[in-house]
Amino acid sequence: MSNEVGALLGMALCSLGFLGAAIGIGLVFSKMIEAVGRQPNAEPKLTKFLWIGFAFVEQFGLFSFVIAILLMLKT
Amino acid sequence: MESPLHHFELHPIIPLTLLGFDISINKAILAMWVGLIVLFLVFRLAIRGGMKLIPGRLQSFAEMTLEFLLGMVTEYIGKEGKKYFPFIATLFLFLFSCNLIGLVPGSYTMTSQLVVTGAFAIFIFLMTLVIGFARHGLHFLGILVPPGIPKVLIPLMIPIEVISMLARPLTLAVRLFANMTAGHTLLGVLFGMALMAPLYIGWLPFGFTVVVNGLEIFIAFIQAYIFSLLTCVYISDALKLH
Repeated sequence: MSNEVGALLGMALCSLGFLGAAIGIGLVFSKMIEAVGRQPNAEPKLTKFLWIGFAFVEQFGLFSFVIAILLMLKT
Repeated sequence: MESPLHHFELHPIIPLTLLGFDISINKAILAMWVGLIVLFLVFRLAIRGGMKLIPGRLQSFAEMTLEFLLGMVTEYIGKEGKKYFPFIATLFLFLFSCNLIGLVPGSYTMTSQLVVTGAFAIFIFLMTLVIGFARHGLHFLGILVPPGIPKVLIPLMIPIEVISMLARPLTLAVRLFANMTAGHTLLGVLFGMALMAPLYIGWLPFGFTVVVNGLEIFIAFIQAYIFSLLTCVYISDALKLH
């Protein structure tokens, strides 16, 4: 398997990393909606944690994007 | 179709060298200067004519920003957080303006380069080490031992804690770099698709580009906020040793 084919396959496999990020973001927001549904006046306090949690979860998907970019630049 | 990363390339506008290092003026430097000048003007014009007791619009916007940052610093570091407030405020405002100025078409995002965010992260890591050793002396190495574990496990925990300590500046740098690079690459790819397609399909990726642009503005703010928030957390870790 030549270098280029291996790099392209690696980049394609890196796109699976976003699966975890997507499930994680769904979990974070679904818990937020449930919490606001139970106690609507907790919303301002929970919104701050919502966006912090979203950024952290999104980060792990973007780590796999960085690996894909590294592979692309290797060829 | 060109590589989606081609608009991250930099070409010197005014070439300068200093002792063999290339410090030429290019688009990134100009974008950073424009961002800094806008930031300076926003805060300078807010108190034009003296600070009023009942603030006008721009002054109250500046006050809200600084109150938000002061609240964040005192919440995470505590009472002595006010000493670190100028540093954290400068960090947040500089990162926010660098992130935001890159969304103007034709300009460059300074923080989408790993060297820039890596320099920030390494400096902050060294700063926490200096703060920790200055405050606690050699006892600062106790940060590697989390409280409340049986004594037998300590030799096992120390390499794990060292690795997680070293991973902090790495993730701090890569988080900001990856978010900015991914956002701009996505915008480049989407807009390329919108240009390549004929008009009766081309409006769909164009609309999507507009939506993602709005998301990017929000992500610029969130990433600058998360960077400065984690800096506050690391400083409070060094000051308080858990």
